[in-house]
Amino acid sequence: MWIWFHKLASPPHFYRIAGRVIPWFGWPALLLILFGLYGGLVLAPMDYQQGEGFRIFYVHVPSAIMSMFIYSIMAVAAGIGLIWRMKLAHAVAAASAPIGAWITFCALATGSLWGKPMWGTWWAWDARLTSELILLFLYLGYIALRSSIEDPQRADRASAVLALVGVINLPIIHYSVVWWNSLHQGSTMFNPGAMSIQMKWPALVMLLGFMLYYGAVLFVRLRAEVIRRERNAAWLREELGQ
Amino acid sequence: MRAAGLMEAGALLYARDVKLAFRRWEQVTQPVVFFLMVTTLFPLALSPDTAQLRQVAAGVVWVAALLSALLALEFMFRSDYEDGTLEQLVLCGQPLWWLALVKAAAHWTVSGLPLVVTSPLVAASLAVPGEAQWTVVASLALGTGILSFLGSVGAGLTLGVRRGSVLLSLLVLPLAMPALIFGARAVDMAIMGDSGRGPLMLLSAMLILSVTLGPFATSAALKVSME
Amino acid sequence: MSLSEFFYMGGYAEYLWPAYGLVLAVLVYNVWSARHALKEARRNAARRLQMEETRS
Repeated sequence: MWIWFHKLASPPHFYRIAGRVIPWFGWPALLLILFGLYGGLVLAPMDYQQGEGFRIFYVHVPSAIMSMFIYSIMAVAAGIGLIWRMKLAHAVAAASAPIGAWITFCALATGSLWGKPMWGTWWAWDARLTSELILLFLYLGYIALRSSIEDPQRADRASAVLALVGVINLPIIHYSVVWWNSLHQGSTMFNPGAMSIQMKWPALVMLLGFMLYYGAVLFVRLRAEVIRRERNAAWLREELGQ
Repeated sequence: MRAAGLMEAGALLYARDVKLAFRRWEQVTQPVVFFLMVTTLFPLALSPDTAQLRQVAAGVVWVAALLSALLALEFMFRSDYEDGTLEQLVLCGQPLWWLALVKAAAHWTVSGLPLVVTSPLVAASLAVPGEAQWTVVASLALGTGILSFLGSVGAGLTLGVRRGSVLLSLLVLPLAMPALIFGARAVDMAIMGDSGRGPLMLLSAMLILSVTLGPFATSAALKVSME
Repeated sequence: MSLSEFFYMGGYAEYLWPAYGLVLAVLVYNVWSARHALKEARRNAARRLQMEETRS
C-alpha cells in the first residue's frame, strides 16, 4: 500500500495519473451542476416568504460551503507538507488557494446580491459575513506570501505555517450564527429539520458538482505545479515530446 | 560552565531586548507619535463637535492603536536577523518557542505598553468621558498584547522578504480583526455608560490563546525563515 | 411557468441572474485559468530543457 502511495507521489506517475483522472471528475461535475441548476431554478418550489428570490440559495450555499472546505483541504495539505516534507502536499495547498479565493468571493458576492432584496442592505458587519470576509483575506494573504518568497521550499513552508494559523477562522465562521445574534440566518444545510428535502436537494446536487469541479480544476493545477517544480529532465523530456 | 535554565535565559533575552530598544529611542517613540498624529486627523477631518467625536472615538482609538502597533511589528526580529543574533538564538539549545514568547513579551513592553500609556491622552482628545478611560486602557493593553503575539508569527514569516512590511500588515490584519471588533465594542459600551466586561473577557481569552499558541507558530515560522 | 415568467423570477431577476451569472463566470474562468497555467508550465519547461540542451 505504501509502495502505491509513494509511487503516486512520484512526479511522472502523478502527472500521468492525474491526466487520466481529470475527465472522470470534470464531466460528472458539469452534469451535476447543470442538473442542480435545473433543479434549483425550475423544479424546486419557491419559498413561502422569499418567493423566487430564494433561488440564489442554490449558488450561495454551495459556494460558501466550498470556501471553507477548500481552506480545510489547503490547511491539511499544508500540515502534511510541513510535517512529512511532501512536495506534492505543498503543491495541493498552492493549487487550492486561487480556487478557494474565487469561491469565497462568489459566496460573498451572491450573499450580497441575496441580502439586498431580503434584508435591504448589500452588506452588514455581522459575525458570519465578517468572518467570511476574513477568510477571503486569509486566502489572499496566503497567495501574497507565496509569491513574495523566492526560494520555493521556503515559500512552501512559510505559507504552510500561515495556512495552519488561519484555520482558527473556520469554526468561527461556522458557529458564528450560533454564538451571536446574527443577521445571517441560522444553519439550514446541517440542520435536519430546517428545510424540506424538496427544497434542499438541488443544493446538495450543486455541492457535489462543485466538489467534483474542485477536484478536476485542482488536478489540472497540480499537473502544472508538478511540472514547475520538476528539475529532473528525463521524464519531462519524454512527456513534452522532445 | 553550566547551561542556563529557562527562566534565566528568558530573563536575559528580555532584558537585552528592552535595553537595545531604548538605545534606539526612535523605534520606541515613532509608533507613539504616529498614534497621536493619526488620532488628531479625525477631529480635523470629521468635526470637532464633541458629541460626534464621542460616537467614533472607540473605533478611531482602536484603529489608530492597531496601525501604530503594526508599524512597530516589523522591528521584532529584523535587527537580530540582520546581524546574525537570530541564528544564534535558533541554535542555542533553548526551546525556540520560549525565546519567541520572551521576544514577543519584550516587544510588547517597548511598543505596546507606550501606546497603552498614551491612550488616555488620546481618548480624552476624542471626548471620551472619564469613566470610560479605564476600559480604553484595559482593552488596549489586551489588544496590543494580542497583536504582539499574533504579529510575531507574521514577523517571523516575512523575515528578509522584499516589501516585507506591507506583506506583514496584509497577513496580520485579518488575524487582528476579531480583537479590533471586541476591543472597539468594549470601549463603545463604556462610553455609552454600560460595562464593557463582556468584550473585555473575550479579549482576555484571545490574549491567553495568542500567548500560549502564538510562540509555537512563531518558532515554526522562524525555523522556516532561517533555513 | 412561461419563459418570460422564468426570466422575471418574481421580480428578483436583477439580483438572481447576476448572482448565477457571476458564479458560472467564475467557474468557467477557473477552468480556463488552470488549463492556461498548465500550458504555460509545459511551455516554460520545454524552453528551459532546450536551453540546457544547447548549453551542454
